[in-house]
Amino acid sequence: MSNKLCSKQDLEALRKELVNKQQSNKPRIAICNGTACHPYGCVKVIEAFESELVKRGLKDKVSLKATGCHGLCERGPIVLIEPGDIFYQQVKSEDVPEILDETIIKGNVIDRLLYTDPIAGKKIVQQSAVPFYQKQERLILGNNIEITPTAIEDYISTGGYSALAKALFEITPEQIIEEIKRSGLRGRGGAGFPTGAKWDSCRKAPGDIKYVIVNADEGDPGAYANEGLLSGNPHSVLEGLIIGAYAIGARQGYIYVRNEYPLALANMTAALNQAQELGLLGGNILGSGFNFNVRITRGGGAFVCGESTALMASLEGRVGEPRAKYVHTVEKGLWDRPSNLNNVETWSNVPVIINKGADWYRTLGTDGSKGTKIFSLVGKINNTGLVEVPMGITLREIIYDIGGGIRDGKKFKAVQTGGPSGGCLPESLLDLPVDFDELTKAGSMMGSGGMIVMDETTCMVDIAKYFLTFLEEESCGKCVPCREGIKRMRQILDDITEGKGNEEDIGLLERLSATLIDSSLCALGATAPNPVITTIRYFKDEYEAHIKERRCPAGVCKALIHYYIIEEKCPGCGLCVKACPEVAITFMGKKKPVVLDESKCIKCGACYDVCKLEAIGKE
Amino acid sequence: MITFKIDGREFKAEKGQTILQVARENGIDIPTLCHHEAIEPYGACRLCIVEISRGGRSRIVTSCLYPVEEGLEVKTGSPRVISNRKMILELLLARCSKNSVIRELASHMGVEQPSFKSEYLEDNDCIVCGLCVRACEQVVGVSAISLVNRGITKEPASPFLESALACIGCGSCYYICPTGAIKMEDRGDIRIIHNWKVEFKLKKCRVCGDYWAPEKQLEYIRTKWGLPEDFFDICPTCK
Repeated sequence: MSNKLCSKQDLEALRKELVNKQQSNKPRIAICNGTACHPYGCVKVIEAFESELVKRGLKDKVSLKATGCHGLCERGPIVLIEPGDIFYQQVKSEDVPEILDETIIKGNVIDRLLYTDPIAGKKIVQQSAVPFYQKQERLILGNNIEITPTAIEDYISTGGYSALAKALFEITPEQIIEEIKRSGLRGRGGAGFPTGAKWDSCRKAPGDIKYVIVNADEGDPGAYANEGLLSGNPHSVLEGLIIGAYAIGARQGYIYVRNEYPLALANMTAALNQAQELGLLGGNILGSGFNFNVRITRGGGAFVCGESTALMASLEGRVGEPRAKYVHTVEKGLWDRPSNLNNVETWSNVPVIINKGADWYRTLGTDGSKGTKIFSLVGKINNTGLVEVPMGITLREIIYDIGGGIRDGKKFKAVQTGGPSGGCLPESLLDLPVDFDELTKAGSMMGSGGMIVMDETTCMVDIAKYFLTFLEEESCGKCVPCREGIKRMRQILDDITEGKGNEEDIGLLERLSATLIDSSLCALGATAPNPVITTIRYFKDEYEAHIKERRCPAGVCKALIHYYIIEEKCPGCGLCVKACPEVAITFMGKKKPVVLDESKCIKCGACYDVCKLEAIGKE
Repeated sequence: MITFKIDGREFKAEKGQTILQVARENGIDIPTLCHHEAIEPYGACRLCIVEISRGGRSRIVTSCLYPVEEGLEVKTGSPRVISNRKMILELLLARCSKNSVIRELASHMGVEQPSFKSEYLEDNDCIVCGLCVRACEQVVGVSAISLVNRGITKEPASPFLESALACIGCGSCYYICPTGAIKMEDRGDIRIIHNWKVEFKLKKCRVCGDYWAPEKQLEYIRTKWGLPEDFFDICPTCK
């Protein structure tokens, strides 16, 4: 595959050839090779499949693919088998010979490897019947299971780069922008700015040299939605970028990926090289006369570099510090040239819109938010993973139908969307539709795709403190409200969680929040108060319990809880004595309750966790 | 020309001028700490915030950076501006609780004590406005110092916190610092800038015998402008 494609016809001929080659009745095995499956040992599973297929002389009779993320990370490594849509989960390399002998050769399903629905308790054979997938609309992530991310052939055979060919030969740049505008696509990086309008401003901005940029600096704790897309389907992002560059009039693009995403970096680099080799990138793309090059820049991991102006400063080789955007980056961005920056997910929506049309795209979603949104569903939930849902789905559907509800039968307490700068929404808002404007109205935001579910054992004051501590460390330190304000807010939260809060604290937090929102230089400072504001708004009783009663209702804040032995339940087994790192518990002889010396207790909770008889109390 | 309003009064300004420029040209007082007219605006201290609107919703912006727009209405002392500015001063006062410049500025705005617990108040002189670093880069052109670290630990510093080798001892950082955070002294024939761990030999005037400027600074200027070798042998007073 090194022949350059010189026209649209060349591309279509190649696609035909690839599709013909793949059309066969061969059984297909797709193994998730996504980042989250790596620690579960998916590489070993892939290697086992490769060697076992050779041993059985099946190498040419079975199609084996190591694909990008399948989504249900909680149950990885995932193996998907066709025909039959058979969904195996938590597969180990030891299971591989049996899968080949039983399922591939004999066609039997292995019960042990099937997924059990956490709510109904029933085993499920087909992926399409797994509730996790049923309410999703995997418009963008769906192809992850079809393609090897490092094989451009896979992408092309599933229709890849046909949107680019359409954009280059069938419609004008103005029509592309019109189509994106009409689709209602809004920026997936968090703020939800209309993408078409942004492109239009950049196209119209005076200047010969313009840039397009992919923001892949996903830095929210717990979020990996962009990672799953970049490492799983890098060409979809690249195709969107090339189309955007053509529409805007840019000849140079940059992909800013954080260095902590090695798989995304490797797969994206491979994608660039392959596209270049095939003539889909570089000079005279597909013979259209359009020239466009892309470079990958690795980010050092500063959270603030996800902010567009800080990202551009970093791209220029300067310190990643934001600047005021009174003159927009579409007019004066990278090296003071018109620059159009979009998030990974925004770019990969572009080929879909060009191919299927704005009218079709508009059928998905709500009035103000069209299409789908990818979330990293994490926290105290049964099915953690990457989910892609149509806009307008409710939080309840995501958490209970897709996420399978709360872990260990605990009670739901809050869900945070939008990462550290998002807000914590309570149970009463579970029926809120996922929509840019609705989430903002509720005090949270869409963000770039983090969704953290919390249960009754989470202290909301402690959570607010956690996010503020994160933001305090990640503030660039340039402007006073963000640098000094977050620190003061965190100090007040420290005091409250340590039982040193006073009644004026909530008011002071609110006053500080107002100043950070109004006068911070960039969105990091302006959204930093969100976790505090929403927890005060929806969980004020918890703040009051900490301040007025010196009590942490969730039993999390160490200074406000103490452990004690419930003597009538304690048989003196001594497990807690061994577990205690501070030797604070004394063994008093068999069948006699142990004795806890509270002056030595550091409230680590080791005794509480280890006691099987609930003989240790916490209050 | 652009026509717009500050506090109800109409002004005409050139395109590209900032609100602060126009305000100051017309004697309207807007406080600043990180601003200096010889240096590119930076927007770090946020004291120069104003409330702007153009028809619709109003918002808070920094006047040092915001370019004037046709029909813009600017309020320099609205309740929203004042309450934000006061909180910013409280934050600065909490950091620099003993600094006389900050204390005076805060007091002028009616802020005597920050609302934070006294045990958390700090005694710092530097507000990280970056004027020293920016003057060194943009005016002097040597970039001997820079802002290092992130967030609350950010500070102006010499490379690797060692002696700043590129420093020419001109003292621009000292003169431009709004809060007196840079400690410089001329001791006999030596100039010391403590913050950057540097010492310079001062040049003696051939006529009056005064030590009047660091030799390294004069050499830097002489080379840059191709001046004769004896150009700085006599101090400006004696020339």
